[in-house]
Amino acid sequence: MSVLVFAENWEGKFKKPAQEALTYGYELAQKTGGPLCAVVIGHNIQGDEINKLGAYGCPKVLSAIAPAFASFSANIYATVIADAAKKENATHIVFSHTYTGKSVAPRVAVKLQAGLAAGAVSLPSSPEPFIVRKKCFSGKGFTDVQISSPVKIVSLSPNSHHVFAAGEHKAADFKIEEFNPALPASDTTVNEVKKTSGKVVLTEAEIVVSGGRGLKGPENWGMVEALADALGAATACSKPVADMGWRPHHEHVGQTGITIAPNLYIAIGISGAIQHLAGVSSSKVMVAINTDKEAPFFQAADYGIIGDAFDVVPKLTEAIKQLKSAH
Amino acid sequence: MKFLVCISHVPDTTTRIAFTPDGKALNTAGVQFIINPYDEMALTRALEIKEAQGGTVTVIHVGPAATDATLRKALAIGADDAVRINAEPVDALFVAAEIAHYANNEKYDVILTGRESIDYNSGQVMGMIAEFLGIPSVAVATKLEISGGKASLEREIDGGKELVTVSLPFAVSAQKDFAEPRIPNMRGIMSARTKPLKVLEPATQFKPVQSVAYQSPPAKSACKMIDPANPAELVNLLHSEAKVI
Repeated sequence: MSVLVFAENWEGKFKKPAQEALTYGYELAQKTGGPLCAVVIGHNIQGDEINKLGAYGCPKVLSAIAPAFASFSANIYATVIADAAKKENATHIVFSHTYTGKSVAPRVAVKLQAGLAAGAVSLPSSPEPFIVRKKCFSGKGFTDVQISSPVKIVSLSPNSHHVFAAGEHKAADFKIEEFNPALPASDTTVNEVKKTSGKVVLTEAEIVVSGGRGLKGPENWGMVEALADALGAATACSKPVADMGWRPHHEHVGQTGITIAPNLYIAIGISGAIQHLAGVSSSKVMVAINTDKEAPFFQAADYGIIGDAFDVVPKLTEAIKQLKSAH
Repeated sequence: MKFLVCISHVPDTTTRIAFTPDGKALNTAGVQFIINPYDEMALTRALEIKEAQGGTVTVIHVGPAATDATLRKALAIGADDAVRINAEPVDALFVAAEIAHYANNEKYDVILTGRESIDYNSGQVMGMIAEFLGIPSVAVATKLEISGGKASLEREIDGGKELVTVSLPFAVSAQKDFAEPRIPNMRGIMSARTKPLKVLEPATQFKPVQSVAYQSPPAKSACKMIDPANPAELVNLLHSEAKVI
């Protein structure tokens, strides 16, 4: 019962979603009793970065490093991972449910005729029957899905699993094996990669500060950004704000925007429509700041302030700066 | 150009989701079903390109007879014909296998889905169809232009966007910005009644994933209210009680 983790890298670094997938893979391998192996794909990953994967208890890494992987093509990545799974006789494959994972995992599922639980938030309680929990109805519910195929794929929702402290489960005999499977021709040409200018990537942010119509206009976003800066947070917005063009659509969180699960979500001037809450309700702690004491967000929030954002938010930013300077 | 748009039948976004007392299914009492919003964006973009360049737009759906109203809505928006595979859409791999099986004989140039359905939020079907058919797949696309047998797309990636080119045929999943959905007009609604809606029986059996139980999210404890004159108290609580900053 061998477990294979696709450890995804961003510009040569293994970030939190990959660390979560590795930790999940280690714990899954403990349950299945099988060996654990990771596969990495890239073109500019330094050996000492790959060495770090051993700190999450992963004893073996298949390292597919080639110029062909400089740009992303779902069919190529899927071929590498499916071949790695065959080589390792993997019965369980773990992906991160990121954009890359969402592009590649479905193709691997077809190649291996494997059931895929996408957006999983839990380990299975036992290897058989293999049942994991996943989000459904855009955060308004959870479903337990059972995978019955011989090969099982789990795509792990970001920020849903803990990460081993580095070295907590250090692998004793760590080894890196070069992996060069035969590749099909790439079917996708990447012409340009445009990085979002924001300092913190919204889907990966531990803290998110979000503004709604209560802020009255785009010119008032300075205080949202100031609060986000003080917290090291990403900024987001509600749907009406994106629809009115006050903020770009890629900041829109909610049922038809981005679904996020940060540790802390601060909603400023957002009433808390059910579609908005669906996109943010997986946040560990939620704060609502609103002038309207009847705003539905106060039903969902952990902490609330009934007050004028223009008065409260700058004071809040100051208090956070004081806290940060005291620590 | 031949377009195939895959349609999911999902609860309206304003629905309060509840499950049956045994926790085995969605409680559908009083639930309004709609075309999955992302699928509607995919459909609209297909119609826009068809109107500019010629072609046909077919919608396909895997579901029981009760979902025909959703397919008629897609026809009212402007699709030329509809296909329903008469089976419960229990697993993405099954749904994708059925659509790929149908598409394989029809030689579509572009197969479109939404980036995910708003019920199971998995976003798997498009990539699976592409793999079954051996064609390129572009997930979570925000723009699509087609000319000279090639498609230019913008897609979301972690921390940015990517501009890509693929050759036809290919599959794509639509994200917000792909197109602005249309409201069907009276002529569309009238003509939808007579447009072809073909019902086929499923050709495959493999369903490796099944939902065995559902839960609502855990109930929140009451919101702790803080004096607006003293936001520093909130900072204290977030630091020492919630331990998130």
